Amino acid sequence: MKIAIASGKGGTGKTTLSTNLASYLAESRKVVLTDLDVEEPNSGLFLKSELFFSEDKYKMIPEWNKVDCTLCGECQDNCNYHAVIQVVDTIMVFPELCHSCFACSELCPTNSLPMIPQKMGELQHFKTKNFDFIESRLIIGEEQAVPLIKQTLDYVDSQFDKDVVKIYDSPPGTSCPVIEATKDADFIILITEPTPFGLNDVILAIDTMKELKKDFAIVINRFGIGNDDIIKYCEENKIDIIAKIPNQRAAAELYSKGELMYPKIPEVKAELEKIVKYLESQVL
Amino acid sequence: MKIVFTAEGKKWDSKMDPRFGRAKYYVVYNEETKELESFDNSDVEGEAHGAGPKAARKIIEYKAEVLITGNGPGGNASKVLEKIGTKIFIGAGDLTVKDSYEAYKNGSLNKF
Repeated sequence: MKIAIASGKGGTGKTTLSTNLASYLAESRKVVLTDLDVEEPNSGLFLKSELFFSEDKYKMIPEWNKVDCTLCGECQDNCNYHAVIQVVDTIMVFPELCHSCFACSELCPTNSLPMIPQKMGELQHFKTKNFDFIESRLIIGEEQAVPLIKQTLDYVDSQFDKDVVKIYDSPPGTSCPVIEATKDADFIILITEPTPFGLNDVILAIDTMKELKKDFAIVINRFGIGNDDIIKYCEENKIDIIAKIPNQRAAAELYSKGELMYPKIPEVKAELEKIVKYLESQVL
Repeated sequence: MKIVFTAEGKKWDSKMDPRFGRAKYYVVYNEETKELESFDNSDVEGEAHGAGPKAARKIIEYKAEVLITGNGPGGNASKVLEKIGTKIFIGAGDLTVKDSYEAYKNGSLNKF
């Protein structure tokens, strides 16, 4: 079972919900939490864990070999990402723009662009007291999150059986990294805050999930601030709101200390119970 | 000699676009033939990455020796332009194409 937690807007509580939900579910089930926000993974800040395994992750990048190159220009015309450019008598490669599609390499008449592995980040697998936690981190300057997200998902699939509940802390936004992080999930929880910004961005996320034909529902975080436009929107569009995590100073204090909320705030635990009941009725 | 301007339109009195890779138009002036041509770059909006190298390819295609722009190209485009020896002048982002050409001529633009 795969459950992705996404948001549209950043800072609405993806990591808070992911870590608390994973820990709470792990009291009664096998769980693995994976932080797919590889540009700045932060779930680990809230978990006490020990490193179990780590490995470097590589993407394949073309490297120009000038010996047989006839400077025909095919490579730059075949690259959709402007990562390969012929500059007079040289072929320049911009690795951070490369999507590892192999087009330049495969279509080169003289095989002058062999694909070479290049490190893009690191995957780490941790064990907490009662569940597994995996995070991947791009190296600084690396622009492409998707290949690392994909390899992280492959790792999780290879290490855990189908009956393990897999929770994915997704990146913010609605662009390629979010698509990659959610496209294989069985269910998406979209977490938002009840503000105009939160509503605007969660509508973008809702439209994205509809486009992907995903089952999803809404969790409102920091309930009590802002206005009730999100509730009206969900009523009008027949979207389930499955929990409302109340806005509390105590929650912010625990967050700032890097602690989970539900063990100390009964209202948060009650909302997690609602989420689990809903998931049980839908997918678990 | 050919000079490329990053601009919001295609004419001498068009406002300059301070951006290089994401400029709306590239206006190309050929000093020998006194001809002014332009390239519509507005489809770059649909591209998430690689706008700089893409624009640098245009400079290569036009065989331009001078680029006049506002903020200056980013890292990837700079590598390409450095390699082909394009002379880059910046700080013309608030001018028109015509005024930035004059500013270039009388030496009041900064070299990148």
